[in-house]
Order: sequence, then structure tokens, then C-alpha cells
Amino acid sequence: MSSNIMLEVKNLVVSVEDNKILNGLNLKVNEGEIHAIMGPNGSGKSTLSNVIAGKPGYQVEEGEIIYQGENILELEPDIRARKGIFLAFQYPVELPGVRNWQFLKTSMDSIRKEMGLDEMKVREFDKIFEEKRQLVEMNPDLIKRSVNEGFSGGEKKRNEIMQLSLLNPKLALLDETDSGLDIDALRIVSEGVNEFKRPDNSILIVTHYQRILNYIKPDHVHVLVDGEIVKSGDHTLALELEDKGYEWIK
Amino acid sequence: MTNSISDKYKIDFTKLQANSNYLNKTRDLAMENFHHVGLPTARRGNEKWKYTNIAPIASTEFRLSEGSNVDPNNIRKQAFLDDSWINLIFVDGKFNSELSDDIDLDSISINVLSSLSQDQYISLDIETHLGSLINLSEEGFPALNTAFLSDGIIIFVPEGVKFEKLINIVFFNSGQQNVVSHPRVLLNVGLNSTLSVMESYVGGSGEVSFTNSVSEMILGKGSTLNHYRLLDESDTTYDVGYGRVKLDQDSKFLSKSFFKGASIGRYDLNVLIEGERGSCDLKGLYLTTGSQHMDNFINIDHVAPNGTSNLLYKGILDDKSRAVFGGTVMVRQTAQKTDSIQSDKNLLLSTDAEVDSKPSLYIYADDVKCAHGATAGNIDAETIFYMLSRGIDIELASKLLLYGFAGEVIDSIQLEELRDKFASYFLEALPDYKFEI
Repeated sequence: MSSNIMLEVKNLVVSVEDNKILNGLNLKVNEGEIHAIMGPNGSGKSTLSNVIAGKPGYQVEEGEIIYQGENILELEPDIRARKGIFLAFQYPVELPGVRNWQFLKTSMDSIRKEMGLDEMKVREFDKIFEEKRQLVEMNPDLIKRSVNEGFSGGEKKRNEIMQLSLLNPKLALLDETDSGLDIDALRIVSEGVNEFKRPDNSILIVTHYQRILNYIKPDHVHVLVDGEIVKSGDHTLALELEDKGYEWIK
Repeated sequence: MTNSISDKYKIDFTKLQANSNYLNKTRDLAMENFHHVGLPTARRGNEKWKYTNIAPIASTEFRLSEGSNVDPNNIRKQAFLDDSWINLIFVDGKFNSELSDDIDLDSISINVLSSLSQDQYISLDIETHLGSLINLSEEGFPALNTAFLSDGIIIFVPEGVKFEKLINIVFFNSGQQNVVSHPRVLLNVGLNSTLSVMESYVGGSGEVSFTNSVSEMILGKGSTLNHYRLLDESDTTYDVGYGRVKLDQDSKFLSKSFFKGASIGRYDLNVLIEGERGSCDLKGLYLTTGSQHMDNFINIDHVAPNGTSNLLYKGILDDKSRAVFGGTVMVRQTAQKTDSIQSDKNLLLSTDAEVDSKPSLYIYADDVKCAHGATAGNIDAETIFYMLSRGIDIELASKLLLYGFAGEVIDSIQLEELRDKFASYFLEALPDYKFEI
């Protein structure tokens, strides 16, 4: 496994409206690794993935987020995305009137432009789009509609993973992707993630429950409590947590 | 006060002399009504005109055009024309046969009001149809229109004709100072027939002018009317339009209304569902900028049972512009099993823009399904972040979101070539707006 560092979070202190959410968090993710951040509700899991993706509304008071050797804290979210950071939303947003195809083609071309590539040919894009649609077993009629509009919770999550697979980022942040999924959808979503996984990209899974880790095996598991990582281990830590509950850590 | 308003139109009125007794009689009666009713004011208690002040129209002395030389290219630039349509061009209220397509058709009867003979008035039974849906004693603008009734289009579609071509009626305003025109349209769609008509009100210049139109649409049993209306005049024009629609049993009225220009614009659309299972689908899109004022005043009156009405209007407001939406759905006691939904959604791109949206619902039947609602606001931060998180920059994201918002109305245009024209036209016209991150 390569030892290139994909992401390094150093002493990150983040607050929202004067409430401290992350309290000096440290994390290092190498290329080719899958990390899982587990923790009880309100521990700061989603804040971590949101802050890495650049979501407005958070005050970063201290620390750094180094992505591929660059401190990205000052970069706008669209620039971070074009540099290869992808956030799969816990609650994907509906975009009335914006078609899936148009949205993803625009997204794809924006990312390609950053890489110095021309816009993707429509035919080529259509082919990949169809491949990815099949991968997550999305209804072809649904995909012709506006982004996430009229989608069920599970369909929205599958759409997130379809986008992940299509845009092929370097760093994927999966925020509670397993929440609200039934067993079949969880399997489909997990297969999508596993298909995406390569030695030169990395995944950070934020989750409350262990069950998605039965499908996507993490190299490292971290337990987040009150904005700090209080314990790290390999995938067996997740099983232990499932068994003993978060009280065990506290 | 009403005296002075009708006096402003007296000089032109006395010059009118028609070849038809009916026309002379009708005009005289309408002028008498106009003299009594006058023009509406935004005074207290006048709910219909609460948010729209027409004082600039009432205080101006308008005159009829004495003829105008227009460059056909200018019309082509400002109106939507297509070789596959039947294009009928009016300039300052007068039909221009040279610029218009041939109207001598076998399947339907298209008539120009100004060229009707005394015999045709009788054979077409104009007296029974024209003016049957307007109330001269209550409404000043239609009374004024009727007092100057002299030109327009009258279409009769006989039983069982599915007329495919779009009839594109263009009312071009050449923009002469203080000129008024009173366009008139009557559409009569027979049993089980289909008709598609677009009315475009375009043109204008830097000068003040006024267009005061009335369109009556009568739908026979089982008929369908696709009706498009475009208002895109210059920012110095006043435009008041009345659309009056009557639906017989199993008929369908599909309306799309687009607004992009005028200083003051008002479209008063009234749909009377008189026959069982009559249905209407009304969609609208208004794009206001500068200090424009656009008022959509819509009434749907369910009289017969099992009717449906679906209303969706959307507005994008920028600068200091103002929009008004007044939508009323009336479900009478006789209109059981009515299914009605209305909504008006607005995007305010500027803190100085204002919308007054007032959808209302009056239900007197007990077995109905009705909903209504209105929204006004900006795009929420989560939506913007979602787009940015996919690498799309804020300029492009704003454009996609604005177009997506408007697209819902544009996409509902069934005629493909018209939809394409409107899509590129409105995309072009969208303000260069950047949402805040």
C-alpha cells in the first residue's frame, strides 16, 4: 500500500454559533485507505465531513486540513470538489427543474476543466452515465427527471453513489450514507462504493452504525466523542462497538 | 372623475364609423358603460386592484394610431414566427395582410374583424358570440376596448376538427408616442375539436403607449384549446389584457402565459367551468426587472361537477420590480368532486423586489379536493452548497437553478418548436445573477 498522504487533519477546532463541535481533532488518511469515523449522535461526525468539503456556516478556529499536500481551508467548496473531494450527503438536496443528466454533465465538465481536459463528448458521457446508472440499479425514468425530485430516501442515496462513481474523485466523504437504507439498498450502495475503491483514492465513512462496515471493510476505525477521536483501531473495533455500545468508550 | 377619463377618448371615438349597424350599436353602448364605470383605481376596498396602480394609464391622453410604417424585419426580430405556423400580424391594432399568412382555409374559419361585411356579421352570428363573456357594466378596460372595437381575429372551429398548426397572432406595437390599441380575439372551438393559438404582445419603443386587449374563448363539448400568451413589450408600455374562457362538458383549456416586458402589465384571466368534467391547466412565468410591474389576476369558477383546475405560476423578480399574483378558485355548491390545485412560486433576486401573492379558495361544495399555496424567497444555502460540492462554480450553479426554476413552466409547452424557442429565449433573458454562498 502506498504511503502517500491523502488527507491530514491537524488539531482541528470548529464551532457553530459559539458552540464548539470539534475539539482539536487529528486524523491521517493515506492513499488507498478506507477510514470509518464512528460516534454517537452529536459527536461531530457530520461536521468533520462538512468542514472538509467546505460547507459554509462553520467557524474553523484552529488547525489545518491538508489535502494532497495543500491546506484547503481557504478554498471554496466548488474548488475543493474540482480538486477531487466528494461529499455524499446525509440528506441529498432536491433541485427542481435541474435535470440529473445536465447536472452531472456540468459537474463532470467542471472537474475536467480543472484537470485541463476538454468537455466530455455527449456520446461518451451517455455511455458512462448509463453504466453507472446500472451499477446502482436506478430506474431509468427516474434519472431523466430533476435531481432527487420525487426520489425516495433510498433512491437519493443511490443517486449519491452513482455520482461518486461517475465523478470518480480522489477522496470520498460518505456522510451517514447507510441511514434510511433497507438491506437491498445497502448492498447496492456498498457495491457501488467498493467498485469505486482503488489503490490511489481514499474513503472516509462517517456512520453511527456498524452495519455498512459489514459490506465495506475499513482499514481503520476511529471513535469520535465530543469532537475528539478517543480511540482508533482496525475493523474489529467497529464490531466491538456494536457489541458494547458507545458507553463502553466513554 | 369618470367623466374626465371617457372625455380623454371622445375625440377618437366620434371619428369612428362602421359599416355594420351591430358594430356602431355595440360601440355606443360600450362607450356609455365606460363613461359610467371609468377605470379602476387602487382605492381602499377595491380588492381586484389593490396592488396595481393604473394612475399612469388613467392620466395619459391616448390616441389611436393614424397608420405606421414598420420594418417587417423589426417584427421578425421581436416576435416568434415560424414557417410551419399561421402567422397573423397586427400593427398598432390594425391587421396587416401583407405581413400575414393566408387565412383562407378549408377546415376552420379565420376572420379578420375589420374586413367582415355586413352579411358576414349576420352569417357568422357575431352578435351572439362576440362580447358574450365580458361584462361591460362592471369592467372599465373591456368596455373601453369594446367602445373602440374595430379589428381583431375571430376563429370558428367546426365540429370534429383537430387543427394541428399553431395560429400565431402577433400584436405589434410600433411604439408611437401615446398611442393606444384595442386588440380583440374571439376563439370558438366546436364539439370535439382542437385548436392551438398564441397571442403575442410585442414591440414598443422609448415612448409611452398602451395596449388594451380582450380575448374571449368558448370551448364546446369535448374540445381542447392550447392557448399561449406572451407579453414582451418595451419598458415604457402599459398593457392590460382580459382573457375570458368558458368550458363546456369534457373540454380542456391549456394555458401558458409568459411575461417579460411592459412598464405596467396586467393579465386578468377568468375561466368558467360550466360543463361537467371541464378542466383547465394554467401555467405562467413572469420575469420582472428594473421597475416593471406585472399583475396576474386569475379566477377559476367551478360551476359544474367533476371539474379539475391546475394552476402553477412562477416568478423571477429582480431589481426594484414588483409582481402581483391574485388567484381565486371558486368551487360552487353544484361543483361536487372538483379537483383543484393552485400555487404561485417566486424567486426574489433583489431585496428591493417585491411580490404580493394572494391565492384564495372559496369552497361551497362538500366533496372536493383543493389545495393552494404561495412561496417567495431566495434559493436556500443547502441547495447552493450541494451544487458547489459537485464542482460547479457559483455562476453556473445560479444559472442552472434559475433556469431550472423557470424550466418547469417552459417544459410544459407541448409544441416542440415553440418550446425550443421559448427555452433559448428565456435562458438568454435570465438576469446575470449570482446567488450568495
